[in-house]
Amino acid sequence: MEKAWAELSPEEKREERFKKWLSPPGVTFASPQAEKLYKERVTRFIKAFTLKEPDRVPCILPSMGLYAATYAGTNLATVMYDFDEMKRAWRKVLHDFDADTYVPPVLVPPGPPLELMDYKLYKWPGHGLGKNVLSYQAVESEWMKPEEYDHLIRDPSDFWLRVYMPRVFGALKGFNQLSPFTSFEEIVTGNFLPFANPEVQAGLNSLMKAGMETMKWMAAVGEVAVEAMAMGFPGVMSALAKAPFDTLGDTLRGTQGIMMDMFQRPDKVHAAMERIAPIAIATAINSVNTAAAPIVMMPLHKGADTFMSVKQYETFYWPSFRKVVMAFVNEGITPVLFAEGSYNKRLDIIGDFPKGTVAWYFDQTDIFKAKEKIGDRCCIMGNVPTSLMMTGTPQQVKEHCRKLIEGCGKGGGYVLAGGATVDEGNPENMRAMMAAAKEYGVYK
Amino acid sequence: MSGDYVNLLADLKEDEVLALTKKRLDAKEDPMKILEDSRKGMEVVGSRFAGGEYFLPELVFSGELLKQINELVKPHLKGAVTQKKIGKVVIGTVAGDIHDIGLNIVDFMLDVNGFEVTNLGVDVPIEKFIKAVKDTKTTILGLSGFLTPAFDAMKETVEALEKEGLRKNLKIMIGGGQMDDDVRKYAKADAYGKDAMAAVALSKKWIGAA
Repeated sequence: MEKAWAELSPEEKREERFKKWLSPPGVTFASPQAEKLYKERVTRFIKAFTLKEPDRVPCILPSMGLYAATYAGTNLATVMYDFDEMKRAWRKVLHDFDADTYVPPVLVPPGPPLELMDYKLYKWPGHGLGKNVLSYQAVESEWMKPEEYDHLIRDPSDFWLRVYMPRVFGALKGFNQLSPFTSFEEIVTGNFLPFANPEVQAGLNSLMKAGMETMKWMAAVGEVAVEAMAMGFPGVMSALAKAPFDTLGDTLRGTQGIMMDMFQRPDKVHAAMERIAPIAIATAINSVNTAAAPIVMMPLHKGADTFMSVKQYETFYWPSFRKVVMAFVNEGITPVLFAEGSYNKRLDIIGDFPKGTVAWYFDQTDIFKAKEKIGDRCCIMGNVPTSLMMTGTPQQVKEHCRKLIEGCGKGGGYVLAGGATVDEGNPENMRAMMAAAKEYGVYK
Repeated sequence: MSGDYVNLLADLKEDEVLALTKKRLDAKEDPMKILEDSRKGMEVVGSRFAGGEYFLPELVFSGELLKQINELVKPHLKGAVTQKKIGKVVIGTVAGDIHDIGLNIVDFMLDVNGFEVTNLGVDVPIEKFIKAVKDTKTTILGLSGFLTPAFDAMKETVEALEKEGLRKNLKIMIGGGQMDDDVRKYAKADAYGKDAMAAVALSKKWIGAA
């Protein structure tokens, strides 16, 4: 089996993965009708992703983030800690909108384990942010110092375990006293010694507790996801991956840091991205292999128009990013590339993928231009403006969707979707968007 | 010499511009002249940014160069330096939002363009904006926000200023992540700016300097 898989071409692998998505092993549908709807919905997405005309334009409502919480009358602070409330909220969205897909609360992390670990990379309501704030937010900082590039490049896992993790998890601060795990001595008693240290032991204890807390959350998330599947609503993303430049810029060096590095140590930036890419690839493929939908979502940040010039994009962002994307394509996985902000100046570059293998999901880009420039090679997704979804009327939303469908839907290869995610706002706008897909999106 | 200096900074030649700074200081040149040249260099950086030749990385890096130059020059200055300011701007990221990258770049660009900037930081409660507007008597307020909850926070901030009777003589601009002209209308602000140079252009227009 293993060998047979390795011998398949990327196209054959994609076929196999789509087949598994259409008939997911181990799923019991609630009724034959639910199964029929499930297959229809999955087929709709597969056709759009592979640039064919489905029965109608598929739609992903921009409710995949935290919307369910506010919609159900609760808030982020509550659902991050009270998993019964989380289940209630996501069930309500599942039942109330006759959508094409169900997005589980994977973007709503559980509060207890993060609190146990004293996580510093994010702030969330009640933990660095006011209780009523509707989102969790990243704390940009120099989590990796410029002089630490060499350590990261030499041994990313060692850097992570002994430098990065002690820095971002207060509970693991003792881990900076560990010795490297990769030791070539045969009798490694020296490696055991740090585990006698009470700070290290406290860290291990916190990890075990965090594991148990995360299990509870996983069970709650899984419960509603299984129900959704049984009702006939497929998932559309099974893994997240980042562009190597964003891992460096968001996670490790911060915006300020990475921009300085582009001038002061460009070689290190490139070498670090080379090391990061295979890890990002392997992690996402593992996640996809355990799920039904062969889709990896890549939220892209620092390659947007306003962040860097075209030349900088071509030099620093695109090569390692494309490498990661192509690794997914070659494994038969469809990457959904979420271009946050605008990509108007990148349209001559970003279509360079085999036909029908990737989907570009646009936020503020001129999507009609994108359809014209790369629509013959890539599926186009987006881009009902977040501001319109939150401040407009249902009529305005529906009208905007009609224009998108007419402009981008031609010949297939289009998924109606939001710009960024919507955290609150008039549910009638969500319904108007879904109605537009059903009313205007039918291919005849 | 000073023409070269301005160009070296504008071209972001780190080693050369720092070496020349040291050389000019060693030659006992008036440090104020060096600061004046670095201000001119930053003006060039700003106009290249506005013209689409430079992007954020260049802005950030030029800021770092300016910081290094200032540190070299500082010990040679006699007494406090008071640069003439052309106007006042209060800026801050609205309540519930902790993003500051854009905010700090706006701060920096307004500053190098001659404005006295009061930067209130992130997650700024409404009362703090009100107090700052009263204290500084500013006529320009910049609200920053990256996330969608900032839509309401901006709206509430503007409404509170109205209620305090501070709105009439105040121009309010918004910017950041998911902001656009729809949000500007929603929040009842005066203008939306797409980047830091837009903030400079708006501020100059409002004080009548452009």
